[in-house]
Amino acid sequence: MDTLGSRAVFVKLPQRPADNGLHRYAHYHIIQLAAMVMTEEQAKVKQQTKRILNRFGRKRGNLIPVLQKVQGKLGYLPREAMLEIAEFLDIPEIDVYSVVTFYNQFRLNPPGRHSIRVCLGTACHMKGGYITLDAWKRRLEIDRGQTTPDREFDLDTVACVGCCVMAPVTVVDNKPQGKVEPTKVDGILLSFKLEKERQGEESR
Amino acid sequence: MKATGFQSVASTFREIKSRAESQWRGLRDGGKSVIMVGAATCGRAAGALEVLQAIKRELKKQKLDCPVVEVGCMGHCYAEPIVTISKPGYPPICYRHVNPVIAERLVREFILGDDPCLEFVLAALEENDLVPSFSDFPRAKFEKKVILKNCGHIDPEQIEHYIANGGYSALAKALQMQPEEIIDEVKRSGLRGRGGAGFPTGQKWEICRNALGKPKYVICNGDEGDPGAFMDRAILESDPHSVLEGMLIAGYAIGARYGYIYVRAEYPLAVRRARIALRQARKLNLLGRNILGSDFSFDIKLFQGSGAFVCGEETALIASLEGEPGIPCYRPPYPATNGLYGKPTVINNVKTLVSISHIVQNGAEWFASVGTERSKGTAVFALAGKVINTGLAEVPMGTTLRQVIFDVGSGIPGGKRFKAVQIGGPSGGCLPESALDLPIDFDSLTDAGAMMGSGGMIVLDEDDCMVEISRYFLEFTQRESCGKCTFCRLGTKQMLEVLAEITKGKGKIEDLDMLSQLAEDIKAGSLCGLGKTAPNPVLSTLRYFRDEYEAHIKEGRCPALMCQELIAYYIVPEKCERSCDACVGTCTVEAISSHPKKRYKIIDQEKCVKCGTCVTSCPPQYNAIVKLSPPGQVPASK
Repeated sequence: MDTLGSRAVFVKLPQRPADNGLHRYAHYHIIQLAAMVMTEEQAKVKQQTKRILNRFGRKRGNLIPVLQKVQGKLGYLPREAMLEIAEFLDIPEIDVYSVVTFYNQFRLNPPGRHSIRVCLGTACHMKGGYITLDAWKRRLEIDRGQTTPDREFDLDTVACVGCCVMAPVTVVDNKPQGKVEPTKVDGILLSFKLEKERQGEESR
Repeated sequence: MKATGFQSVASTFREIKSRAESQWRGLRDGGKSVIMVGAATCGRAAGALEVLQAIKRELKKQKLDCPVVEVGCMGHCYAEPIVTISKPGYPPICYRHVNPVIAERLVREFILGDDPCLEFVLAALEENDLVPSFSDFPRAKFEKKVILKNCGHIDPEQIEHYIANGGYSALAKALQMQPEEIIDEVKRSGLRGRGGAGFPTGQKWEICRNALGKPKYVICNGDEGDPGAFMDRAILESDPHSVLEGMLIAGYAIGARYGYIYVRAEYPLAVRRARIALRQARKLNLLGRNILGSDFSFDIKLFQGSGAFVCGEETALIASLEGEPGIPCYRPPYPATNGLYGKPTVINNVKTLVSISHIVQNGAEWFASVGTERSKGTAVFALAGKVINTGLAEVPMGTTLRQVIFDVGSGIPGGKRFKAVQIGGPSGGCLPESALDLPIDFDSLTDAGAMMGSGGMIVLDEDDCMVEISRYFLEFTQRESCGKCTFCRLGTKQMLEVLAEITKGKGKIEDLDMLSQLAEDIKAGSLCGLGKTAPNPVLSTLRYFRDEYEAHIKEGRCPALMCQELIAYYIVPEKCERSCDACVGTCTVEAISSHPKKRYKIIDQEKCVKCGTCVTSCPPQYNAIVKLSPPGQVPASK
């Protein structure tokens, strides 16, 4: 672990301030501190990753299937998981990172409880998919590829889910919904809100 | 390698086939009604699973014991969810737009009672005296189903259904032939790769068979990344075994030991059904060691692509299988000699592989009798966009675009005028009305500035802006460019920026020449198909629709009223009913208010996000909301 603090690839380091002796190491200390605080979650990630890795052979060709499985389990690919995978397959960490950032499927930040995927295939685009995307952005107040601060929704686009007939399509929690126009966006959000309120009442 | 014991292959397969046939007959002639629900992704998006549950629930309630089968996609996606009921004494009848309520009625009135509920019928599968059948549809004259033969008629999760309908008999036949004979047959059939480039399949196989190196691989390319194309998805979801059979024959012909099916992870149902198919084939020894008692051994693994359009290119696909970022390499050497892990590899599209078993079964002459001089067989298209009968269409090569769009697809909905058809996705182009009588084959489309591509066909009408669609495709290819070649990486970015300026009305007339120049440079300076074809949408629209570009630049006007920056919504005061509040209520950003005195509605142009919701909400008898371009046409409110 200690060798990795210096690798800027996984963690966005704060801008290095003026090169005086005191500040030079300050942010490393902060990261070390953060690492100590997060140990519990990290340990869990590591453990879950290891359990998945046990089912695979140590072959480079297994990298993408491993990443898919880990993301399927954790919802995203945290730094610790990627380090663990690199070690298991005996390849440089940067190779794992380059594959993760190359393919659209992989994500580096945790997903929201509900996933919103706006289809921007040709048919959806021509029938107003971009307008639907604008509506989601406006309502959730986030851009594509982001998660709402309360981690309730994450918004992204998808190239085509292959049901062009129902355009414009939005895939809500892995279920393709057809003919999603701005008013239906509000309707879907309302149904989530009502469900949450109901659950809140039940748990009370 | 040579399969020994021809006798044993034939007898082993005969045994498997007779078992499958008796099971299929048991389903068909068991004296019970059989209900088939189309449950591919398109059906599911339309609510097929709810219909399935409703049918099961109602059957239970009525204490009926009828088999309910989940089938794939018949290609009539416009009518989904589709339910087919075969009741003894009746022809098998398809019902369209079924919802849970209709489903319950069908169970009660048709299966329990004797009323075939003609008001919900789409068509019958066989000709009869009671209801019109699919062969009575005008489109039947133009369609010829080879690749899609089984789709929607069998349960994709039951290998027996496939075998009973003639499946795997081509494999059994192939195993009794010499590999060279098969390659010769495929060569004579004139089959060309269905992935888009149209390379002769037999030739590819021969090169791979003669290449040195072991083991050899067969890869099925199911990385259907073209937005707007869904044929491969439909085939893998509706008839996965036909793909496996094609791969097995390819494997035997080239002397391969392993195969990979590469499917997009965005197609979870296709992945699941392919997995089930692999398991079932292994169980019957149609996959694995000594297939059907011959000495041919072959195994297939499934690999999920992770969402990169460029991975449809064969060298990028191989890189991705090896666990690398999907970046294409220089060819030659071609994968047929140096492919996966440096070994000889055949990569074929899903539809190519499905055609193989039909060629082996029916002979090269039969296949070559369909199609044109240089393009043989049938072509599968995914019809989408502004067309009435959206869905899948399979027509012989040489059919004209007009026949596909107006006869098979029934034309443009809403009485609008046809403007263009976009073929081949981001690599293809937009063809105008004048090109509609072009017979479809690999070469004619390329000459016209489009491309066969994998077969996505998006129909565009007068409301679609050609500048905007070329900007859309370029945005897609620019984002999906892997970044290896400078021209593709930076050139597409430049083109995209210029196009975006034009759609905002800030373009200059010199930009048009610059675009064509840049397009030629990108084509010349890129390594793989993505870069070589990325400028096609721009070039073809510039060629056929230059006037639209000029209207954007010179007048700041979008003739199709689509580019958001160049239009404004306006409520015509004379038409507005005044006491109706429909638009005010639906506006998602509260931009509409009433005139303080005269009560007609006014749109606050500052607040308006141009989503068009108000236009749909305005009752058709008033139809008061119009789009104006350029936005300056909106009169100042009094």
